[in-house]
Amino acid sequence: MSGLKPILRKELSDHFSSYRFIILFALIAMVSFLMAYMAGLKIREDLEGEVKPAFVFLMLFTSSGIGFPLVQFVALFGPLIGLILGFDSINREWNEGTLSKLLAQPIYRDAVINGKFLSGVLLVTVMMLSIILAVTGLGLYTVGVVPGLEELNRILIYLFVSVIYISFWLGVAILFSILFRSITTSALASLACWIFFSFLVPLAASALANSSSPLPGEPNSAYVVRVARLQSTLSLVSPMKLYSDSTAAIVDPLRRTTAELVQVGMLERISLSRFAGPLSLHQSLLLTIPYIVLLVGIMAIFFAVSYIVFMRREIRSL
Amino acid sequence: MAGRTVIETRGLTKRYGSQVAVDHLDLTVEEGEIFGFLGPNGAGKTTTLLMLVGLTEPSAGQARVLGWDPRRDPIRVKREVGYLQENMGFYRDMKSREMLRFIGELNGIPAREADRRIEAALELVALAGDADKTIGNYSRGMRQRLGLAEILLRDPKIVFLDEPTLGLDPEGANRIIELIDRMCRDKGMTVLLSSHDLYKVQRICHRVGIMAQGKMVVEARTSELAAGGGSMALEDLYLEYFQEERS
Repeated sequence: MSGLKPILRKELSDHFSSYRFIILFALIAMVSFLMAYMAGLKIREDLEGEVKPAFVFLMLFTSSGIGFPLVQFVALFGPLIGLILGFDSINREWNEGTLSKLLAQPIYRDAVINGKFLSGVLLVTVMMLSIILAVTGLGLYTVGVVPGLEELNRILIYLFVSVIYISFWLGVAILFSILFRSITTSALASLACWIFFSFLVPLAASALANSSSPLPGEPNSAYVVRVARLQSTLSLVSPMKLYSDSTAAIVDPLRRTTAELVQVGMLERISLSRFAGPLSLHQSLLLTIPYIVLLVGIMAIFFAVSYIVFMRREIRSL
Repeated sequence: MAGRTVIETRGLTKRYGSQVAVDHLDLTVEEGEIFGFLGPNGAGKTTTLLMLVGLTEPSAGQARVLGWDPRRDPIRVKREVGYLQENMGFYRDMKSREMLRFIGELNGIPAREADRRIEAALELVALAGDADKTIGNYSRGMRQRLGLAEILLRDPKIVFLDEPTLGLDPEGANRIIELIDRMCRDKGMTVLLSSHDLYKVQRICHRVGIMAQGKMVVEARTSELAAGGGSMALEDLYLEYFQEERS
């Protein structure tokens, strides 16, 4: 791997000293801190006088204090981290003429793109890990819960899946930064891609599902279930949905399925848990592993496409 | 100087679509030589250099650099060749010493050895006093000298310089020319230097070739030319060709 190490080191030091990273990190950290704090307060209020249910710690991530829960926040805005870290990674060097200088050194060409991708992945890992640690600390402070071993395992899996998910978007951004020479164009293209897959696809899925099934004379449950199934299948086109499905059962052991036909509130969930025991980690994993594999797959595909496009580029045009 | 052949091309051709950038180029450069690649813009000089350093694939023909094929062994070739591209890019936010260290790392030069060479190189190109300024604040001449420092640090056997004096004032250009001459004499480097500016470079070249529309139209030793009337003769050749082209 000739040249990978110096490039990785340079990319990391560039990122850590850039205003872009500092602002991004501060923003993400503030929001997630606030959300976890509000969620913690709410949990404390809800659990006043109740017996503490199992997995209170995980509720810090899944229950909403204001707006929506932390897990959903990462699903929605996590992609932005990947996009912002990657959208100008190749074309900036290209425009400044440093890319051909790099490639004139005795290094393999793939060291450049591998170094850029890996440094992004490392950065995302650092970000997510520090957010999770901060939330853990907050949980101790507001609710007074100490995560158990199983909860820790679940959180680690959650971290892994989140890093994969954000790295997928990093791969998308790097691909655009190879395809487009203009930085503005690649930024816009990645944003458009994010908006399309995260916001439009879920909407379109519901519209499609509704229009494809003829409305029966009288609405019945079979119809509702059919439409909901179709909708959730269609919306798997969106990586966000894929991510939500792969993490849902991981951070919420009370879920027995990835389908969400009925929204269940916190109190109902707790009362439900009195009758239905939580799933074991093993069972939760079985439930979500297809989604995780899919997520890893699309990340690998996007990186592979960037890699091939980059390796075949005519240098004259670099 | 009848050294061994270090660069050799046979029928080297590069096409971009229907346009032929380099047309069956046969070129031989011997060890320790300074070869001046002259010709107007768009004559195919840069493309030739890119093919020789393995950054562009030739459409046809053969190239050998120190016996290696740049297409098959680009890493080996790049290890021995320092390439100073035209309008070369720099990391603007880096200090020049930092950037040279990075280049040293990429070339696998041990840190201590690299530091020693960096100081010597910065001294030689007269940038030692500005080594802790960010490169974004450098003038064009300083950047060009930094590019030479980069090559000194790498200490290659062969150096490709693409328009090293482009956009420099006469004094700056002279400085670069003298540095190149010195590098060649002190370190025994072989230099392949491209320029569209005949007057600036002919002084240090042992041999020049005039390229136009992808073909080498004239190739001559500067000493032979000098015998037949000095720089005037070369100038005549140069102008003669371009008048032909215009008419």
